[in-house]
Amino acid sequence: MGGVVAALAACAPAKSTAAAQPRPATAPAPARDTTRLPPGAGAVSAPNADPFPSTYVVPASRATLIRNVTVLTAAGPTIRGGSVLLRDGKIAAVGTSVTAPGDAEIIDGQGKYLTPGIIDDHSHMGVYAAPGGDALSDGNELTNPVTANVWAEHSVWPQDPQFPRALASGVTTAQILPGSGNLIGGRSVVLKLVPSASVQGMKFPGAKYGLKMACGENPKRVYANRGPSTRMGNVAGYRAAWIQAEAYRRRWDKWNADHQGDPPQRDLGLETLAEVLRGNILVHNHCYRADEMMQMIDIAKEFGYKIRSFHHGVEAYKIADRLAKEGISASLWSDWGGFKMEAMDGVRANLAMVSAAGARAIVHSDDPSGMQRLNQDAAKAMAAGEQIGIHTTEDQAIKWLTINPAWALGLDDRIGSIEVGKNADVVLWSADPFSVYARVDRVWLDGAAAYDRANPASWWRTDFELGNVPLPAGGK
Amino acid sequence: MQNGKREAGSGKRARRRGMALALTLFVVPAVRAQTVAITGGKVYPVSGPAIENGTVLVRDGKIVAVGANVAVPNGATRIDATGKWVTPGLINALTGLGVAEVNAVPSTVDRTARGDSGVAASFPVWEGINPASTLFAPARNEGVTSVGVIPTGGLIAGQAAVIDLVPGTLTDMINKAPIAMVAQFGDARDGGSTARGEQFARLKELLEDARAYSRRRAEFERAQTRPFAARRADLEALVPVVEGRLPLLLNVDQASDIEAVLRLARETNVKVIVAGGAESWEVADKLAAANVPVIVGAMINIPQSFSTLGSRQETPALLQRAGVKMVLIGTGSGEEGFNVRNLKYDAGVAVAYGLKWDDALRAITLTPAEVLGVANRVGSLQPGRDANIVVWSGDPFEFATRVEHVLIRGREVVQPSRQDELMQRYKTYPPAYRKP
Repeated sequence: MGGVVAALAACAPAKSTAAAQPRPATAPAPARDTTRLPPGAGAVSAPNADPFPSTYVVPASRATLIRNVTVLTAAGPTIRGGSVLLRDGKIAAVGTSVTAPGDAEIIDGQGKYLTPGIIDDHSHMGVYAAPGGDALSDGNELTNPVTANVWAEHSVWPQDPQFPRALASGVTTAQILPGSGNLIGGRSVVLKLVPSASVQGMKFPGAKYGLKMACGENPKRVYANRGPSTRMGNVAGYRAAWIQAEAYRRRWDKWNADHQGDPPQRDLGLETLAEVLRGNILVHNHCYRADEMMQMIDIAKEFGYKIRSFHHGVEAYKIADRLAKEGISASLWSDWGGFKMEAMDGVRANLAMVSAAGARAIVHSDDPSGMQRLNQDAAKAMAAGEQIGIHTTEDQAIKWLTINPAWALGLDDRIGSIEVGKNADVVLWSADPFSVYARVDRVWLDGAAAYDRANPASWWRTDFELGNVPLPAGGK
Repeated sequence: MQNGKREAGSGKRARRRGMALALTLFVVPAVRAQTVAITGGKVYPVSGPAIENGTVLVRDGKIVAVGANVAVPNGATRIDATGKWVTPGLINALTGLGVAEVNAVPSTVDRTARGDSGVAASFPVWEGINPASTLFAPARNEGVTSVGVIPTGGLIAGQAAVIDLVPGTLTDMINKAPIAMVAQFGDARDGGSTARGEQFARLKELLEDARAYSRRRAEFERAQTRPFAARRADLEALVPVVEGRLPLLLNVDQASDIEAVLRLARETNVKVIVAGGAESWEVADKLAAANVPVIVGAMINIPQSFSTLGSRQETPALLQRAGVKMVLIGTGSGEEGFNVRNLKYDAGVAVAYGLKWDDALRAITLTPAEVLGVANRVGSLQPGRDANIVVWSGDPFEFATRVEHVLIRGREVVQPSRQDELMQRYKTYPPAYRKP
């Protein structure tokens, strides 16, 4: 766990929280708000500290009623001929007879499907932004096998043209993770897919952070010359980091309780790991093989933290019963595999098999192209399950795309299903989303119209795209 | 893609189900040298209009009749396709099947030759094909019966082949080799060139030298020619290209690079095929006028490099509308050997983005056969063609559709893949291999 420079943060100003309201372009810069933390508090390792707070504000929106539509709620059975009312950013009513307020926009969903916004819990948008190249390659801090000190949000480029394409495919929330080159890659960030000049403007308010960990071939390949160069070296590396983290947590918890003497030295990496041990940061563990997942479960038990989701998990089906028992979700592809040894045993029914065993199955992408077709990935896994006698209903499969990833992000009380009181993130599909011919017609995010296929002029175009990327209608 | 995004980096009706599968492991009905009649299905010959309640008659591995009123001879093996859809076997034009098993294990990858200053024209990629590859079964179990095997890398990557996915030896599998000379132009700065203009000049020089060499072989053998830009074997391999007998398949994406390729084709009088073609829709009219086919994916819409800023999912439909001969390849061309099978979903997505359904089917059957020069044998259901036939439970592009039968040269070829065996083993807990 070397290389982590404790920040001499006493001189760092406390961040402003005054940006909660959008500021007119002509307004003078606001005075620095120093009310949240006393000057110098940045030197203190505080649980739940939020030095880069979200500035996202739910936009004003007109009440919207989508009616006469097939609703896959991810909370209960499909509602045919259903209606869903969006008001003040929330889902206000769901059912077969919903009355709209007089000023509501009425959308007829004849022949169409309505689902919760799709949630991808494994994305590198912004940190590996298009059009790529070294200049935009900001996802893997490959300078040390343990970089718990880095935060993905500090690499996110909000002008990545992958964001609007994901939104236009029905994705409303994404977890942006550091890459998998390190044993411990750093903090993730959960974003709403909205245009913003800053990553703070995209951050999901109140979302917990995640911690990226990685098993297997990637770290031992990257660090072959300095170590870890083996899987046993990998495991020694995780354990060494957690030993330091546990000592750090105790030191700080004690000081936070009694404030005796000078505070201990702050350490960004150990601070993140200590927050995992306190249960405030969720562990997202890249791990392909069943045997390695079982070892990671034991490491988590040794140090008293929980793994929230195994990512990629191409062999999750081999230990699906154990994942169910441990309450660990599995974030999976349907059929990406075979490209390296640890991915050889990928099977297309993985999601269906994990789901049938009672574990939370999640369709994830790790890829900006796959991200646009998470629904199709689910459909492939359903069909493959069918062929080995595992039947998955659409009501189950929609959960793989919505409420299950919401749970993995700790946000299942706010997003991931069409239920009264949830955030109004919904997608209107031209047809059954598990059909290859289905396209996204409209997306609402927090009740506001975020995408309308029929109105190209309204589409989100990032700054990068201006003059670079051709418009469908011609010109750039 | 490194260390992060996506890594450093089937079936038949009853046989896929439950224990029935275990009993049929590796049992391949030998129906060759027999007559097979596929009856009652909705038949898509692709070379002609669909036939409701059609019959496809196969004898000795060839199609002998296709139609609504085909008499089935006594003794023929019948495949009842009532309520099913019957199509030609699918053709994925750009794959590394057989020469790229596990991409991260170099000893299993034989797609990229060392070459000489980026020139590997004499490299016959098919000589390295491993017929025991585990990646053939997933593809053919889902209806892919022929693939292009394409070398990669360098300025001139080498020679490609078309193989049929029959179990057997390489000789059994080869349909035609070579089918194209493969090269790169534009963003791919392999093979020593550091600028597009330099790539253009080098390609032109190589082609001109191949032409000069072909006229002066005798003098060359006596060392009485000026030095040529490539070794003898590479020049020899380029002769069919400059003589117009072998197309030059160029991986090229940017619109201006495609225009450069069209200029190169005009100036050197070679037949070219554009592969990749991310921005091909921007120059669709020029491609149509030059009669240059384009091999393209339908799921590509990320401006992933400065050469692909114009990527969009409507590209197949726009090319088709402009009259370009258009081949769909899915995403199976690169690392995704597993997913050569997903070609059919590329066709479905292309339809969702404006391509007509019949044109999409053609773009994964007859058009690739034409573009790769094997349409006399595969790609359509017509008398005289190889009996490469798929019976589907429904629309082949839909996820819920099952493959019910796959015939290659008249033989049923569906066998459980490694993945099928793994799924059977772990379908229950504890897994099957630990059961008493």
